[in-house]
Amino acid sequence: MNPLPAVPIEDQLAQLAGRPTRGFADRVVARVATVAGPTGPLHVAWTASGICAVEFASRLDAAAFAARVRERFGRPVLPADRPLPGLVAAARTGSARRLAFDLTGLTPFEVAVLEVTLSIPVGEIRPYGWVAEEIGRPRAVRAVGSALGRNPVPVLIPCHRVTRSDGSIGNYGGGPAMKEALLRAERVNLDEVAELAAAGVHYVGSTTTKIVCLPSCRHARQVAARNRRGFGDLREAGSAGYRPCEDCRPGLRRSA
Amino acid sequence: MTRGGLQRQDARGVLEGVRATAATSDDELCRRLADDLDAGFAELVASYGSLVCTVAARATFGNEDAEDLAAEAFLRAYRALRGYDAARIRELRLRPWLVTIALNAARNARRAAIRRPRTDSLAVTGEPVATGRDVAELAEAADAAGELLARLAALPAKQRLAVVLRHVADLPVPEIAAVMACPEGTARSHVARGLAALRAAYGADRTSHAKPAGRGGQEPDR
Repeated sequence: MNPLPAVPIEDQLAQLAGRPTRGFADRVVARVATVAGPTGPLHVAWTASGICAVEFASRLDAAAFAARVRERFGRPVLPADRPLPGLVAAARTGSARRLAFDLTGLTPFEVAVLEVTLSIPVGEIRPYGWVAEEIGRPRAVRAVGSALGRNPVPVLIPCHRVTRSDGSIGNYGGGPAMKEALLRAERVNLDEVAELAAAGVHYVGSTTTKIVCLPSCRHARQVAARNRRGFGDLREAGSAGYRPCEDCRPGLRRSA
Repeated sequence: MTRGGLQRQDARGVLEGVRATAATSDDELCRRLADDLDAGFAELVASYGSLVCTVAARATFGNEDAEDLAAEAFLRAYRALRGYDAARIRELRLRPWLVTIALNAARNARRAAIRRPRTDSLAVTGEPVATGRDVAELAEAADAAGELLARLAALPAKQRLAVVLRHVADLPVPEIAAVMACPEGTARSHVARGLAALRAAYGADRTSHAKPAGRGGQEPDR
């Protein structure tokens, strides 16, 4: 029934050959670049799915970083012709919420911890217990600490913004001094938070708005000194008629 | 720089030339892979991305994204190369090696898909893809490519593979034989029988057999 095609069958078959779309190579090869970070240069690696590794250039040279990425992802690693769009700005400002991350190989728990951590704004800190509550695992505070310690993309996913609720800075893969430098570079009110914690104050409310915040929340920092009221726990704030801030979302603090 | 034998040249009569080009290019690629695996591998992807994507597209049967499969095949190739010493890399026949890896990856993906059927919509990218199951439906497509794919899908597996490798992926017969792990004569015969079956399916007429000597090997009588 079918008429013989005018074009020879071999030529028709040749027409079926595929051609990869642009950027196909990046689905195979991971790229690396060194960009300026808040406290010094950072090595960054990414795949077509997103950023997969970050390291402080002061801790590892570029070749060793590339070797580590190659080992972990089993992909060729090559220098990028140009940095991933948005990366330079994100590394400078510390806000990478619009970038994609490739968290292949992490557990769902670790991914959940890192996703919540990514939402912490520049210049603010959250306790480990806050992250645990945000992911719906309020008792998993220690596991949150371990997950953050294994963060493959520090700085860009700001695990340095998660600190101890007693006002101390807590551990960091790059060392506590690096953590403090990063937090001071983005002007977190570290000293104030520590002073308040030492005085048993973990939440700051505004007597005018009747909203209670974590002490590093940008809203808390705007409250005039005469309108500030400190609380040791949220129940106390609640019974005084305060509601939790919708931005920093202070949860119920675990008994320390 | 020549990017392998994949740009479609009008191959009639210049087949030897194409083969020679591909061979030099492969030697060169192997040398670069042996010297600097990662940089060489990027060149390998640039040279053979089309080949591996073509094989993947023809081997996925519409159940997987062909580029995902092609990327997976390249990653398998890279991981294998990491375990090879320089001498072994220099001796690789890159194209049959890559095609074999792509076909294995497709087979594994198909097995995985059977174990864990997809519930989301199929990742069909607008391109008609041969599926053994809805040959009739595809054959009804007005689109000539769709019809050809349906005809291809209806071929016995070995003939289909041989025809795809020879005439879609443009692999020379010795490399097809390497992929299919058979003598060259057998590979040539699979190609010829497959082509003959395709022509027959289109309502063969004698003129379609009038082709230049030396191409496609001996024609079986049909």
